[in-house]
Amino acid sequence: MQVPAPFEYERATSVDQAIGLLERLGSSARLVAGGHSLLPMMKLRLANFEYLIDINDLHGELGYIRLGADEVRIGAMTRHRELLESDALAQVFPVFRDAEKVIADPIVRNRGTLGGSLCQADPSEDLSAVCTTLDASCVIRGANGERVVSMEEFHVGPYETAVADNEILTEIRIPVKSGKSGSAYAKVERRAGDWAVVSAGAAIWLDDKGHIHDARVGLAAVGPNTTGIPEISAALRGHEPDESLFELAGAIAARSCDPSTDTRGSAEYKRHLADELTRRTLRKAVERARS
Amino acid sequence: MTTVQEPSQVKLTEFEDNDQKPVGFGRMLRKEDARLLRGRGRFVDDVQLPGMLHLAILRSPFAHANIVSIDTSAAEASPGVKAVVTGETLKGLGLAWMPTLSNDVQAVLATDKVRFQGQEVAFVVAEDRYQARDALELIDVEYDVLDPVIDVRRALEPDAPIIRTDLEGKNDNHVFDWETGDEEETNRVFAEADVIVKEDIVYPRVHPAPMETCGSVADFDPVEGKLRLWSTTQAPHAHRTLYAIVAGIPEHKIQVIAPDIGGGFGNKVPIYPGYVHSIVGSIVTGKPVKWMEDRSENLISTGFARDYIMRAEIAATREGKILAIRTNVLADHGAFNGTAAPVKYPAGFFGVFTGSYDLQAAHCKMTAVYTNKAPGGVAYACSFRITEAVYLVERIVDVLAYELQMDPAELRLKNFIQKDQFPYTTKTGWVYDSGDYEPTMRLAMEMAGYDELRKEQAEKRARGELMGIGISFFTEAVGAGPRKDMDILGLGMADGCELRVHPTGKAVVRLSVKTQGQGHETTFAQIIAEELGIPPADIDVVHGDTDNTPFGLGTYGSRSTPVSGAAAALVARKVRDKAKLIASAMLEVSVADIDWVKGSFSVKGDPGKSVTIQDIAMRAHGAGDLPDGMEGGLEAQICYNPSNLTYPHGAYICVVDVDPGTAEVKVRRFIAVDDCGTRINPMIIEGQVHGGLTDGVGMALMEMISFDEDGNCLGASLMDYLIPTALEVPDWETGYTVTPSPHHPIGAKGVGESATVGSPPAIVNAVVDALKPYGIRHADMPLTPSRVWDAMRGQATPPI
Ligand SMILES: Cc1cc2nc3c(=O)[nH]c(=O)nc-3n(C[C@H](O)[C@H](O)[C@H](O)COP(=O)(O)OP(=O)(O)OC[C@H]3O[C@@H](n4cnc5c(N)ncnc54)[C@H](O)[C@@H]3O)c2cc1C
Repeated sequence: MQVPAPFEYERATSVDQAIGLLERLGSSARLVAGGHSLLPMMKLRLANFEYLIDINDLHGELGYIRLGADEVRIGAMTRHRELLESDALAQVFPVFRDAEKVIADPIVRNRGTLGGSLCQADPSEDLSAVCTTLDASCVIRGANGERVVSMEEFHVGPYETAVADNEILTEIRIPVKSGKSGSAYAKVERRAGDWAVVSAGAAIWLDDKGHIHDARVGLAAVGPNTTGIPEISAALRGHEPDESLFELAGAIAARSCDPSTDTRGSAEYKRHLADELTRRTLRKAVERARS
Repeated sequence: MTTVQEPSQVKLTEFEDNDQKPVGFGRMLRKEDARLLRGRGRFVDDVQLPGMLHLAILRSPFAHANIVSIDTSAAEASPGVKAVVTGETLKGLGLAWMPTLSNDVQAVLATDKVRFQGQEVAFVVAEDRYQARDALELIDVEYDVLDPVIDVRRALEPDAPIIRTDLEGKNDNHVFDWETGDEEETNRVFAEADVIVKEDIVYPRVHPAPMETCGSVADFDPVEGKLRLWSTTQAPHAHRTLYAIVAGIPEHKIQVIAPDIGGGFGNKVPIYPGYVHSIVGSIVTGKPVKWMEDRSENLISTGFARDYIMRAEIAATREGKILAIRTNVLADHGAFNGTAAPVKYPAGFFGVFTGSYDLQAAHCKMTAVYTNKAPGGVAYACSFRITEAVYLVERIVDVLAYELQMDPAELRLKNFIQKDQFPYTTKTGWVYDSGDYEPTMRLAMEMAGYDELRKEQAEKRARGELMGIGISFFTEAVGAGPRKDMDILGLGMADGCELRVHPTGKAVVRLSVKTQGQGHETTFAQIIAEELGIPPADIDVVHGDTDNTPFGLGTYGSRSTPVSGAAAALVARKVRDKAKLIASAMLEVSVADIDWVKGSFSVKGDPGKSVTIQDIAMRAHGAGDLPDGMEGGLEAQICYNPSNLTYPHGAYICVVDVDPGTAEVKVRRFIAVDDCGTRINPMIIEGQVHGGLTDGVGMALMEMISFDEDGNCLGASLMDYLIPTALEVPDWETGYTVTPSPHHPIGAKGVGESATVGSPPAIVNAVVDALKPYGIRHADMPLTPSRVWDAMRGQATPPI
């Protein structure tokens, strides 16, 4: 049996109380949301904390998907399963459902949260790639109030985010732009429920003439950080979408990423997938935008 | 990318119907499932004894390092800790080393140095699991790290570090050389052949990864001097004898109990240091001690499987008549030679690499070496290395088909051993008992719609799509084995069986083998039922407890039905013979004048006049006269020594699609036609086949225990060591033919490992076939997307 080192456990009753506890306990404490990233690490004793602050009771406060005219807001405690099952979300951003279908398994999805996924900041995390694709921003709250950061600012490095020891991620905000839009996600995994060998998300916004108003691509598992690739957006904007454009985007994706060789695959193969999956998701996103 | 398949409609009526069958062979639900499915099974970890303590093991973080010093003082002072034991402590007791199943020795706890990552260095016994685990962190071990031997190909280089410095005079990493077949004759046939094809084929190291990890509860009673050991073992009797030899406890004072076992696949054949630790822990503390390893411990330290680097060569005529096969094998045995195989067979039954084909000559040369990896060897449903042998021959035959531009089905059909050649002696000396290969192959092809599939493939290829069809045809050798040839550490591979019919006609049968999920409690009840006519529900099957069962060597190598199943049938016949004498007295006619119709004896020509087996049981135990000189009771016992192995066979066809862009492999269809002789419970057989095929998908596509250059195990969790899920496997299409074994009392051949043995080559052959447009004839397992992509670009590398 894999057992973690001893720790103290507290259940937070509100966001403010959780922040109060974090203020008091500092870096010896950790929030636990779904626990599907944190607890395995603790059981393997790769991570040891003196205190765990359980925020699952905050699901009422932080578990929501709110669709506004120009923005979608999703609470940090929203579970994978809720993201998967929300028809309204799939309507606006099909990339979410695409991704959720291939994240882990039903047991993990029942507990794992959006906030936990982003805060874990694992370079293979699928929802980080989705949020990057959709140009999301993150709402971080501390004792002194809230601040809002972009995904680029949020990800400081592998397993490192802009959220300080005494702060909590409360919400993700995704802009809804006018005009026709489409998005898609694709992942190559060695087996169902495995982490990505590589995955890619793409979102496309078309103008009245059917030209690309904006396009974004987000990749996972191809480097220390899941970042957007501005060069792709620049190369695509203003053009009419076609196969050669997707190829160009794929080529940019392949050369912009920085994968490493591991048991999931060689760096070369991952670079190839960055290209292949960028093309596939862009194709699909355009198809969806047009339909 | 994952897609979910609609499950096919399960016909429950099929089971219900057959459950109503009176007695004997046929489909019926498993008797043990009532308990297992309700969570009422009792596994080792469910054993709770008063005052029980818990044990945790400190393992080496290094693959190869001298132990400079160990300081246990802080751990000893830690809350709840009752004992901390190191190799030095054991050395004092003469218990630091123990024999392996291959006459090598293995460290119970390391004394001089550690030889693989995960090796046992010390253990802690404490009041609960948490305290035991926490105390491990407080043991301070100073290591002096040594260069490890990780690449098996370099193990015998003159400057390779010597791993087994414990063995007197050992100055290399050589374990053994082994040879079979006729080298000279084989070379002669090769020299004259039209076509010779050569390929390097690797069967990577994989792990059985049973759902339940290994563990034990030891309870040594100092007053009685008796040791009770509940443990995850596939071979309780063999273990008891070994404990008696190792620990010096008299054999009658040891009771080994294997309760419900959550999967074995060979992983639970060896004796692991942890079992011995729990015994030592109980003796030292005077309390029962439980050890239950975690998943990572299971993956990094317990019996692995395969790890054969094989060079295969095949000689044939231009028309496709296969003449000879020769092979050179380099076998990685890890740090200790812990292979479980009959003593005279250091390479297991690898000698059957000649497959199902009628050859003129064959030869194999093998060298086994030590490396700084976990010991083990023969495990994982491999029938003693037949998995490797079948993979070798079925892969090289496909390579030959590629070179001859022949259809692989046609090539196989052309070379099969013919029905009238059985019993057939192979060029490596194995006597195949019976077989009729062509109908099995034809049935598989018919079920697959083989010609249609080839047409579909041609159309797809024209469109640039990648579809592959893979075939494997295997002959297994199971049911070890005849005691004149086969023993493990001097223990003959026979099996006992005892049957007792109670006065009311219910019965108890006691077996020496032990189920780990194969359904023995049902299958063996059905065997008795078939012979005696007592319904399976009325027969209690007792197994796994050495105090309550006859001696025998246990369950692995698909041996339970071929060996113990034969014992069960014969013991039932003994009882029936006695019952017949009683029946003749009850019916007042001579023995020659009565007929046996399942369940009762009746007077010849007057079927209305009869007695049932239940009537006879009551008479055997009751008042009233028995025939002259007959003792009361209705029971018998037997020890069955098989005269030969049994040789099941099968034809498997796999259809895959490969995504040309991502190189992902999808197994679309899998057709498995098995011939395991007489079929006792077809549902259980299909279950065994489904499990083995799933295993095959795992090995072919994703499973591998790999190491980095420092010897760190890269498969230490189920996030890293992948095993397949329902989403990676298709709806299995199974079929069967029946060629009974001529020497087995009911003609049954054993099926536990057939599918594990037969499926990997079918899948690999399918993937390689899909990649034919790239001019590829071989790629090694595991065929992960990345490795398939390498192969597509002609850059396939061996997984070493
Ligand atoms: C078997 C398995 C397979 C998986 N496969 C995938 C996969 O294919 N793709 C994928 O993307 N993910 C996968 N995951 C990860 C899964 O999605 C996790 O649920 C997710 O990474 C973390 O979410 P959580 O709520 O469980 O976070 P936790 O484990 O509870 O927390 C993770 C980290 O985030 C911090 N944290 C959590 N919430 C907040 C917050 N609101 N504010 C600040 N910090 C916070 C915690 O302190 C902790 O450091 C897998 C997990 C498992 C166990």
